[in-house]
Amino acid sequence: MNDIILEAINISKKFYDPIEFSVLSNINFSISKGQFVSITGKSGCGKSTLLYILSTMDTDYQGQLIIDGISMDAKKESELARIRNEKIGFVFQFHYLLNEFSVLKNVMLPGLKLGKFSIEETEHRALEKLKILGIDNEAHKKPNQLSGGQKQRVAIARALINDPILIMGDEPTGNLDKKNSDIVFNIFKELSSEFNQTLLIVTHDNDFANRTNRIIEMQDGRILNSK
Amino acid sequence: MKFKLIAQISYSLLMARWKQTLIAAIGVTFSITMFIALLSFMNGLNDLLDGLVLNRTPHIRLYNEIEPSKIQPIDSDGNYKNSYNFISSIKPKNERLEIYNNAKVMNALSQDKRVLGYSPKVMTQVFYNIGAIDLTGIVNGIDPESENKLFSFDDYVIEGKSIDINNTSNSIILGKGAADKMLASLGDIIQITTTKGERMPLKVVGIFQSGLKDIDDVQSYASISTVQKLLGESNKYITDIQIKLNDVLMAPTLAKEYEKLFELEAIDIQTANSQFETGSSVRSLISYAVGITLLIVAGFGIYNILNMMIYEKMDSIAILKATGFSGRDVNFIFIIIALSIGVFGGSIGLICGFGLSLMIDQIPFNTAALPTITTYPINYSPQFYIIGIVFSLVTTYFAGYFPARKASRIDPVIIIRGK
Repeated sequence: MNDIILEAINISKKFYDPIEFSVLSNINFSISKGQFVSITGKSGCGKSTLLYILSTMDTDYQGQLIIDGISMDAKKESELARIRNEKIGFVFQFHYLLNEFSVLKNVMLPGLKLGKFSIEETEHRALEKLKILGIDNEAHKKPNQLSGGQKQRVAIARALINDPILIMGDEPTGNLDKKNSDIVFNIFKELSSEFNQTLLIVTHDNDFANRTNRIIEMQDGRILNSK
Repeated sequence: MKFKLIAQISYSLLMARWKQTLIAAIGVTFSITMFIALLSFMNGLNDLLDGLVLNRTPHIRLYNEIEPSKIQPIDSDGNYKNSYNFISSIKPKNERLEIYNNAKVMNALSQDKRVLGYSPKVMTQVFYNIGAIDLTGIVNGIDPESENKLFSFDDYVIEGKSIDINNTSNSIILGKGAADKMLASLGDIIQITTTKGERMPLKVVGIFQSGLKDIDDVQSYASISTVQKLLGESNKYITDIQIKLNDVLMAPTLAKEYEKLFELEAIDIQTANSQFETGSSVRSLISYAVGITLLIVAGFGIYNILNMMIYEKMDSIAILKATGFSGRDVNFIFIIIALSIGVFGGSIGLICGFGLSLMIDQIPFNTAALPTITTYPINYSPQFYIIGIVFSLVTTYFAGYFPARKASRIDPVIIIRGK
């Protein structure tokens, strides 16, 4: 139960443009399996920047990042892509669904890329994920025919398709109204309690944060307190 | 399966903006069409112009030339081996223009596998007598059968038949220019005077027109035996042997070989007609330059459209990369998009190019100089089609390569954060 899934050791990042500016300094923390963690802080405190580093999408930093016991140092771009594909699911503030594909296909794409299951199996699994999120009826529509809340749920289904060890969210409820926010939060909560899914969500919504297992509060590129 | 997935994504992106895709493909189609039609047409014209002279020119001509002996007696004297000798005013020996032993030479040629065929010829200068006026001319004694086979002589005989010079004794096929001057038509008897001063009546059995005025005014054709009679020589007398080879490029080497072997003068087509070679290569260079320019312009069109597509699809690229597609996958997607435009547009272009060539081939083109030509000439060589499709693939590949590389380097964070 106490397996460490993600560990950040001394992570720092500086911006040099227009002047040298330290965004993150000496970030140290770790996340164990099954935890529902939120990172909060005022805007500009570096929480999104941290998330992008933790997600392996941003490689321009000092320090060490260990995901699932593997150091991300000196990994090639294609290897990092593979890790994101297999181990991390993403939910962004904006849904980023591809309008060229049906909802089902959008969910299937990362699964097809991983290639662990056959096309039929991947499709079956995608439908299952959509069912968990209660939108399996919309599977064959195009994303632009769905409401904002539904789109975000499709995005969550997409994040789940490869059974990632960690789901990362960057303000996943930032674009949603109260009702849809609650739906999304409850989905996260359910994933955490029922499926023992590890979640790391960046949010500036304190209500949201207070309902998670663990809150990491950030200010000016440092961790203020980490319960 | 991975490739299938990438191909599927490319297809969806293509179809999502099918109008744009179509315009890009039409651009390629248009340039390939023009490329094929232009090259086929220009090469057709080129072949026509070359054919005017080259078709009727032997690849190698064997003949005897009156010239001073290259080896003087003193050269054979061992005592002066290491000395220079200066002999001035050497005069040629009174040699005949005849090819000695020509039966043996022709026999050797018919054994040679590199030789397509040969045609013996007797040439002599004459005067055409028109009343009190004498016009200089040249009568060629030919074997109409081999001449037809090798040099399509009949194509240029606009009245009568070439074979008649063998069937009617003392007959002649006059050049159009000479015939006009003499007001001679088929069946008329004309008078000619040989260089030795003998006069002889000849019956006109044909009129030929080569398209080159210099030739039509001067040259005329008769059977070998008629010309031998004009010259007062035996039936062994031959002045030229014209050779056509299987491979025209062998002409210079074979000419040297025959020169040694038969102890005759031999001139190859490349040396005799170098200006035509230059002219035709310059013309094809121009047509290739224009054709390739067309293709490059189409390439820029594709480049622009793909570039725009990448800016539009920034978010999609970012999310594909965030969810685990590598830069290489993204690169592939755009290369596939570009190449499908190239393959699709290019293949249609080949078909349209062929169609356009067929249409040009139907346009009437009549000129007095070219009696056998009735429509514009087209060269349907498959090599233009191969160059066309290869070049369309290469240009579209490069047109796709740079935008694709840009897309593959997009950092997903930058786009996602930008929202």
